[in-house]
Amino acid sequence: MTRICEHPILGDLTGVDQVTIIVDGKPYPAHEGEMIAAALLANDIKTFRYTAHQHRPRGIYCGIGRCTDCIMTVDGIPNIRTCITPVRDGMVIETQYGVGEWKRGDHHE
Amino acid sequence: MNSFPIVVIGAGPAGLSAAIEAAKAGAKVLVIDENLKPGGQLFKQIHKFFGSRVHKAGVRGMDIGRQLLEETKNLGIEVWLDTEVCGIDQTKNIWAIRNKDTSVNIRAEKVIVASGATENAVRFPGWTLPGVMGAGAAQTMINTNHVLPGKKILMVGSGNVGVIVSYQLLQAGAEVVGIIEAAPQLGGYGVHTAKVRRAGVPFYTAHTIKRAMGDHCVAGAEIVGLDAGWNPIPGTEKVLKIDTICLATGLTPLTELAWIAGCEFTYIPELGGHVPIHDLHMESTVKGIYIAGDISGVEEASTAMEEGRLAGISAAADLGCYTAEEKRKRTLEIWDHLNALRCGQFGQKRRDAKDRILAVGKEMISWAVHV
Ligand SMILES: Cc1cc2nc3c(=O)[nH]c(=O)nc-3n(C[C@H](O)[C@H](O)[C@H](O)COP(=O)(O)OP(=O)(O)OC[C@H]3O[C@@H](n4cnc5c(N)ncnc54)[C@H](O)[C@@H]3O)c2cc1C
Ligand code: FES
Repeated sequence: MTRICEHPILGDLTGVDQVTIIVDGKPYPAHEGEMIAAALLANDIKTFRYTAHQHRPRGIYCGIGRCTDCIMTVDGIPNIRTCITPVRDGMVIETQYGVGEWKRGDHHE
Repeated sequence: MNSFPIVVIGAGPAGLSAAIEAAKAGAKVLVIDENLKPGGQLFKQIHKFFGSRVHKAGVRGMDIGRQLLEETKNLGIEVWLDTEVCGIDQTKNIWAIRNKDTSVNIRAEKVIVASGATENAVRFPGWTLPGVMGAGAAQTMINTNHVLPGKKILMVGSGNVGVIVSYQLLQAGAEVVGIIEAAPQLGGYGVHTAKVRRAGVPFYTAHTIKRAMGDHCVAGAEIVGLDAGWNPIPGTEKVLKIDTICLATGLTPLTELAWIAGCEFTYIPELGGHVPIHDLHMESTVKGIYIAGDISGVEEASTAMEEGRLAGISAAADLGCYTAEEKRKRTLEIWDHLNALRCGQFGQKRRDAKDRILAVGKEMISWAVHV
């Protein structure tokens, strides 16, 4: 568990609502509104995807949406930057292989 | 078609300060940012700032961020979040994507680009492993997202970002196993460096990283000493048991929007590389397009705010909100602040580099009024 619950300047992490996300088929707890990448790190998940040609693992790199190293398939849509996309209760997150594949035709709900 | 007299791209310290000044002058402003929250990199800067009282020294970055948001709200400035600017042409036509699914066009009379910077990488065997990340990324994880990216950290680079983030990692409960610096001397402000040293973190000067170890994620790092010619010294290798490598090896201005808008550039390595040429009013070589903050050369939030104010005042004045004399007076006032911030061992170097940009600007920007 790598969540920062007490902090001398940021204060204590209290009053956050818990949600559940599904990562590669398994449920994990997350905090309402936090970024997917943060929720994964808090659950000790560091590898988010594997590259297309050499199948090398990748995780977060810039943390601010600039580098696309952290992309995963989220609710059926590949190449979602997890460091700037907040979690939602019941969100389905999958490790991405290569450029991923669309599992949903239309992302407007 | 949306239309605004002034559009500010980027809601970091530079962009917000620009919008506030322009709105105070009476101009109608739109601020655009791709993030879900405004503030740019400011809210993760939980340390106290340097400088004098006019520069809010002694106040934490996150609190300055709150003040800027408060002022933005009180002035009724329109802010579009989750809006990514994808293009801007020389007629100041802006193309953006709102909420990731709607394409919009915005016509602006004046545009202020305050898009910030991006962290540099260094390459070594294993640098793509999960667990290798920018120091700013680690800072974002701990201070914005409240998670630790790792427990045992190696920091690469002893400049300000390296020592500030090391201290913040300690505050968040991580162990910083070491800070390595390729140069023979340390690169950060003494105050920050001393705090980290007092906490017992070892510094390795004249050292570089040889490789990151681990198959699936970082499980260690091998570092090596460097001779006076920056060549690795065989036999000085040392293995550190760590799970995260943070790279604090500088930033590069995020200049794509200025390039496509047709701004001319100059190369200033001390400020991060290619930067748009600008004059004393932060106006670029494209009339009516201004720049401010890290895009005009990587410095700090305090200078970014002053540059933002300059750009906001200029854009509003050029729309007729201020007389030439008022513009001159306000501009000179802010230059006093900037010169005060750009002094001392590190500041003077930035001031000299900035002077080189202004010298080119003086040649290239024919309409510029030199104050
Ligand atoms: C991760 C990180 C951490 C840092 N930490 C420190 C620190 O601890 N201490 C320090 O002194 N300096 C630090 N810096 C340097 C820092 O950049 C400055 O202190 C200051 O924040 C610069 O302000 P700015 O307004 O120019 O840019 P920023 O604060 O980066 O703001 C720019 C804004 O523009 C937005 N933007 C960019 N392009 C677009 C687009 N196309 N469409 C819409 N919006 C866009 C960005 O998302 C961002 O919100 C850090 C930099 C980074 C990248
Ligand atoms: S880590 Fe770089 S885009 Fe997410």
